[in-house]
Amino acid sequence: MQIIKDKQIIEDTWRYIEDDAELKTGDLCVSLARWKKDKHQLLQHTGKVGVRIAPTDSVAELADDLKDIQLIELHFSSFGDGRAFSQAWLLRNRYHYSGEIRASGQCMPDQVYYLSRVGVNAFNFSKDEDLPVALSALNDFTVNYQKSTN
Amino acid sequence: MYQYNDTDQTLIEERVAQFRGQTERFLKGELSEDQFRALRLMNGLYIQTHAPMLRVAVPYGLLSSKQVRMLAHIARKYDKNYCHVSTRQNIQYNWPKLETVPDILADLASVQMHAIQTSGNCMRNTTSDHLAGVCVDEIEDPRPYCEIIRQWTILHPEFAYLPRKFKIAVSGATHDRAATQVHDIGLHLVKNDKGEIGFEVLVGGGLGRTPIIGQVIRPFLEKKHLLSYLEAIVRIYNLFGRRDNKYKARIKILVKETGLAAFSQLVEQEWQLIKSDLELSADRIDAMKAQFTPPPYDLSAANDNSLDKHLQGDPAFASWFKHNTADHKAPGYRVVFLSLKAPDSPPGDITDAQLDALADLADQYSFGEIRTTHRQNMVFADIKQSELYPLWQKLDALKLATPNIGTVTDMICCPGLDFCSLANAGSIGVAKEINQALDDMDYIHDIGDLKINMSGCMNGCAHQSVGHIGILGVDKKGTEWYQLTLGGSSDNEAAIGERLGPSLAKDEVTKAVNTILDVYVKQRLSGESFLDTVKRVGLTPFKEQVYADH
Repeated sequence: MQIIKDKQIIEDTWRYIEDDAELKTGDLCVSLARWKKDKHQLLQHTGKVGVRIAPTDSVAELADDLKDIQLIELHFSSFGDGRAFSQAWLLRNRYHYSGEIRASGQCMPDQVYYLSRVGVNAFNFSKDEDLPVALSALNDFTVNYQKSTN
Repeated sequence: MYQYNDTDQTLIEERVAQFRGQTERFLKGELSEDQFRALRLMNGLYIQTHAPMLRVAVPYGLLSSKQVRMLAHIARKYDKNYCHVSTRQNIQYNWPKLETVPDILADLASVQMHAIQTSGNCMRNTTSDHLAGVCVDEIEDPRPYCEIIRQWTILHPEFAYLPRKFKIAVSGATHDRAATQVHDIGLHLVKNDKGEIGFEVLVGGGLGRTPIIGQVIRPFLEKKHLLSYLEAIVRIYNLFGRRDNKYKARIKILVKETGLAAFSQLVEQEWQLIKSDLELSADRIDAMKAQFTPPPYDLSAANDNSLDKHLQGDPAFASWFKHNTADHKAPGYRVVFLSLKAPDSPPGDITDAQLDALADLADQYSFGEIRTTHRQNMVFADIKQSELYPLWQKLDALKLATPNIGTVTDMICCPGLDFCSLANAGSIGVAKEINQALDDMDYIHDIGDLKINMSGCMNGCAHQSVGHIGILGVDKKGTEWYQLTLGGSSDNEAAIGERLGPSLAKDEVTKAVNTILDVYVKQRLSGESFLDTVKRVGLTPFKEQVYADH
């Protein structure tokens, strides 16, 4: 599986673990609920740990844990649900998170420009053909009226 | 008026290129209907009953003659030789072809225009007072702030996928002509005790299915905090606004369900954290104000004697002067309304030939500027009184001088079932019938200030809930019915109209309107307006007569 990270197409090393599944080796991403429940165990994990944020989650709940988290995945349940844009903005500007913020789920390649402007630096699409479209869309504009987060 | 700099121009050109690519991908099947829908809406493109509809932004209703000529060109080249003024002061085309829309947008970009965010669940075109900068009751010209807000809203990366659409209106005068109390955010320029000018901020107003009057969230906001405060409100809305039901997704529902006090607290907390980062400098405000300086008025304009002579000599001109012109802050000047409510044409429609002629007249008489109003008319803001008579003759020949501004036939009307895929009922046809029944200008003038607003469905594009008489089209088992309301207003004392009674069949609407007018004429005290009479006597006398045969 390939993703875009920092404007490059790369192989994805992360695996999402469902709430009822056993933890595995390697770089693992879990839900916010799982993180809160199994934090102690996850902090002992040898690979990297990430947390998947749903549109309904509050990123404030992660504020104190950000130093232990290498990936935050903002998971779109539908492309029209724009809460991820504010979640990303808050993570970067209010909580000063400097790790990877990744958009995943139902997001569209046509949304990457705005997402990159609020601090998302990685994108995971369900279709591989979206990757080149998204790479190009990252450069849709050379000018802006608002300050960028990146 | 505001002139684009290189950044503004580059941005809209890049937007055209982006949308051209998206349209090509859609036509090749690489974007789904759903995905393309969200993208095209944010470029003003709807798919309607017969054809796409393109809504072009007219920021705070201000147009140059050059832009008006381009609108005429687009009507000719890509549409059926006309366009329509909307209640957001925008321009709508009803017949463009999907594949030509990128070319239309490129043509618009060549005259500093676009269709960005005229639709979709994002921050829409900011509207304002059509008399901004020229009216006699102005505290400060709102347009520099409108332009600052326009730039902040355009392509705002965080707020392009809000729960629902988001509309901001700004008024700078004591009389609210921008319907600010029925907007998601309404801004009034006000003076505080210290004599400083800032903004009173209203939140949570809106029309549509659940009409609500906005509430004051901040009585006085310093100008420098304008954008940070707006950003705080919209961020809270984006995070907490309902997304489970599109009919409950507007900010008015969030404010209502959260309660104004708790909502204000959320905004306040957010605002305190961002206010220092988003401050507007005095230089920025001054530079923007410099883009809206008054035109070079003729200081001897008031010395003219010809106006009085024409007013006395030509009753038709005098009637037009009385109804279609307004006071101006500069001595010897008047504001002229161009009525787009001629009896035989759909409310708010204007042809390519009329647009071209208006552009020429604007160059000749009004410093090359034309405005659109939220009541679907147009305005020449700066006419010398000595030139009113020749201008009126030319407007009359163009059928743009019907002396009915603010009267019962100056109806706001949505495109209705004739064009719109959301509509349940026709509105243009009913407007025409009402117009035909009310063909006596003396009677219309005797009725005086009366606003009829008519929408073809619950979405309420024509603001029927704040019409003095509101007419709402509803669908009853496949036939068109109409719900009447009385007593609504979007002025300073904004009010939602009250339901008169059961809905009426299409062929009963005109008769009902006539009956309502008759009751008013019988009930009114000397000099009392329709709205005041309704407030005083209540709905019962109207109800009794309208439903007498039921």
